[in-house]
Amino acid sequence: MMSKTWQKPLLAVLLVLAIVFPMLAANDYYIYVMSLAYIMAIAAVGLNLILGYTGQLNLAHAGFMAIGAYTVGILTVDYGVPYWVAFVVAGALSAIIGFFAGLLSLRLKGHFFSIFTLCVGFMIYLIIEKWDALTHGTVGIIDIPAPTGVGPIRFDNTWAQYYLVLFFLVVSLWLMSRIVNSLLGRAFIAIRNGEDLAETLGINLMRTKVLAFVLSTFYAGMAGALYAGFVRFIGPAMALESHTFDMIAFILVGGIGTLFGPLLGAILLTWLTQSLQFLQDFRMIVFGPLLILLVMFFPQGLIGYWRERQARRAAASVQDRRLQRSVVGPQQEVGTNA
Amino acid sequence: MLEIQGLTKRFGGLTAVRDVTTTFDKGRINAIIGPNGAGKTTFFNLVSGYHKPTSGRIIFDGQDVTGLRPDQVAKLGVARTFQSTTLFDKATVLDNLIVGHRLRTTSTFWDVVLNTSRLREDEHRCRAKAEEVLDFVGLSSVAHHLAADISQEERKRVAFALALATDPKIVLLDEPAGGVNPEETLGLAELIRKMIRKGLTVCLIEHKMDMIMSLADKIVVLDHGEMIAEGTPAQIRSDQRVIEAYLGADYAAA
Repeated sequence: MMSKTWQKPLLAVLLVLAIVFPMLAANDYYIYVMSLAYIMAIAAVGLNLILGYTGQLNLAHAGFMAIGAYTVGILTVDYGVPYWVAFVVAGALSAIIGFFAGLLSLRLKGHFFSIFTLCVGFMIYLIIEKWDALTHGTVGIIDIPAPTGVGPIRFDNTWAQYYLVLFFLVVSLWLMSRIVNSLLGRAFIAIRNGEDLAETLGINLMRTKVLAFVLSTFYAGMAGALYAGFVRFIGPAMALESHTFDMIAFILVGGIGTLFGPLLGAILLTWLTQSLQFLQDFRMIVFGPLLILLVMFFPQGLIGYWRERQARRAAASVQDRRLQRSVVGPQQEVGTNA
Repeated sequence: MLEIQGLTKRFGGLTAVRDVTTTFDKGRINAIIGPNGAGKTTFFNLVSGYHKPTSGRIIFDGQDVTGLRPDQVAKLGVARTFQSTTLFDKATVLDNLIVGHRLRTTSTFWDVVLNTSRLREDEHRCRAKAEEVLDFVGLSSVAHHLAADISQEERKRVAFALALATDPKIVLLDEPAGGVNPEETLGLAELIRKMIRKGLTVCLIEHKMDMIMSLADKIVVLDHGEMIAEGTPAQIRSDQRVIEAYLGADYAAA
């Protein structure tokens, strides 16, 4: 198909742009902001799996990101565990808690599921805020060590950390593209399209949904673990549902149920927020109408809009070729008969 | 093929299906008719596992399937279509069908991560199956159209194709000709006959009496959840209770 032929070069260009970005950035602060956008993108890519592909609006996603961040914070600061060990534990723990939360919450459907996960997220927030002895409570955790070096590479400056985050972003996207383009991804999409029909096609609803949920919380946990090592201080507020809504905004702007939508949304909205910083609280006056316009004219998000056009064009070109063949075909027959 | 014994489903105070006992024979076209609210779709929901019966048993191919989940029933070979089919409108028709054969494959999440040969083989098989069933229902020409762009009749055929992709033994069709014109209805009836020739068993709910009377080998009539008659089209047409409850005097006279 047409879109596929120039997908690869386009991806290569994007990757090169991402790699040279620090060299073009005017100062380290821009690199810092971009790295943060990438981390949020990893979390949003995970949320997109359960929300965009499987059709389940999980409002506890920021909570799982906080679980990942706090796992790293607590283990490295209070127990002296090396960063990378804590990093792996963070992913695993988020996924394990995600498994049990998913098993419980996915018994509910639609809005009820969303409301339940809203409560799950708030419970995570409350536990983090109130359990002083473990989580340092409202004070949060400060002085989290930066990721320790791997071989000759050290991650103690913004540049190195940028490339570290970029590496994980690329791996996240690569793994997600495998998942959503596989038979498994098709099963997720079938559930989003209609749970009854999916079940009729022999898809085990509960098992498939829990798998999507666990994978998405794993992504959240990894993003949280990166966040802890990058920002170096964390507070309970990161578990609040407002951060989940930020990620939902990234997904909606970029394109729900598309691979690169969450990344595009995270980058666009992060920079938009940055560039409107001078307006302080008034920035919402610009921000709100922009979002409304976007939802009105690009309800599928930017990439969703682009993809739909591509798909339509591909379908039309197949049709054209068939039409041409059917027009040419009979004429030739007439010719040979004569 | 499908044996129903004393099947009853109560929703609170409402008895949607009451003590239905019947059998659907292999290789036949069986029809369920009755007025709106007679419990026809509930009956399908019971057979395909969406509802657990209050009492009674469902025996499919000699195996008790009462109380199984829909995905388990589907794996045993019971496929069904819905009155309206929820397709992914932004994907092509072929893309929509590939997942239909997923239940006959075995690759897991780890196959996906490692991109194993088993996964690639499974995906190849699913795609081949999708093309095969699309050809069977006569829609190869719209394989690459977006699902959003196909006609109502083509949507009905896609629903058939999805059901067939699961490699079923029996297909339950819920109003397969609902919302299509008389000419297209004839085409869909022919497609149902083609499914029988392929060795399938069909059970359908339909309101179009001309189609049913010419198509069905056996008709079961439900009214207020109860089976008031069963038999061949000729028997049903002359059954006094059926005429009163559903067909009306006009139809019987005709």
